[in-house]
Amino acid sequence: MADDLLIPIAADVDVVTARQRGRDLAAEAGFSSGDQTVIAAAISEIARNILMYAKRGEVALSLVTNGDRQGVVIVARDQGPGIRDVSRALEDGYSTSGGLGLGLPGARRLMDDFDVSSSVGKGTTVTMKKWRRMNA
Amino acid sequence: MEVPILKQGHYLIASIQSALTDADLSQLREALIERVGRFRARGVIVDVTALDVMDSFAVRTLRDIAHMARLRGSETVIVGIQPEVAFAMVQLGLTLKGVSTALDLEEGLAFLDRQMQLRIERGSGRIERG
Repeated sequence: MADDLLIPIAADVDVVTARQRGRDLAAEAGFSSGDQTVIAAAISEIARNILMYAKRGEVALSLVTNGDRQGVVIVARDQGPGIRDVSRALEDGYSTSGGLGLGLPGARRLMDDFDVSSSVGKGTTVTMKKWRRMNA
Repeated sequence: MEVPILKQGHYLIASIQSALTDADLSQLREALIERVGRFRARGVIVDVTALDVMDSFAVRTLRDIAHMARLRGSETVIVGIQPEVAFAMVQLGLTLKGVSTALDLEEGLAFLDRQMQLRIERGSGRIERG
């Protein structure tokens, strides 16, 4: 995928950059402005998780096509401490950061596909997708 | 990017102009709470019309501003949440419970005026004469 947009995440300004790039990509792909906002909000939560737990990492953005559907794919990777119990981290109200616990479950609600793979001591990868039907 | 804060009568108006980082939001919170005291403001309006996304940090900071300002004797109203932003907030499970909101700046000012009137009627406000 040569078209991948890669945004390093190491400071809070990178969170803003990542969500703006995500919104732009979704706009280019023809997503509604409502979906653009939803995608931007999900990226914001996930990118902030990287800062909070891993200090640094990256967000990769790309477009995919599946039949008559087009999707925005967001992959957030870090080499941080990892998540011990992924299913618990996806529960509402569960957070180890003392935050609102909205990061992962919130982002999952915003997106169509959501997958977390994590190993303790190695890092975490969150892959999420939003789809739209192409009318052409 | 620093958010300009205008003083209009007894109110402070913070007009967010562009996307804000977490640090910008925290800075806005500190500045507003300090100015509530410095200008003896009775009302605070935070205009978020220009924000194209509100995530958990932004919402938490706005809630903190409203609660801290109230502890300092000032009412806060958040104005200008865009329809798409409201939609995404609800999906994320973000609420502004206990925080007043209004459609736009005009409605926000009218809301604060009513609040001030109520305070005077109840005789509980910080009323200055002359």
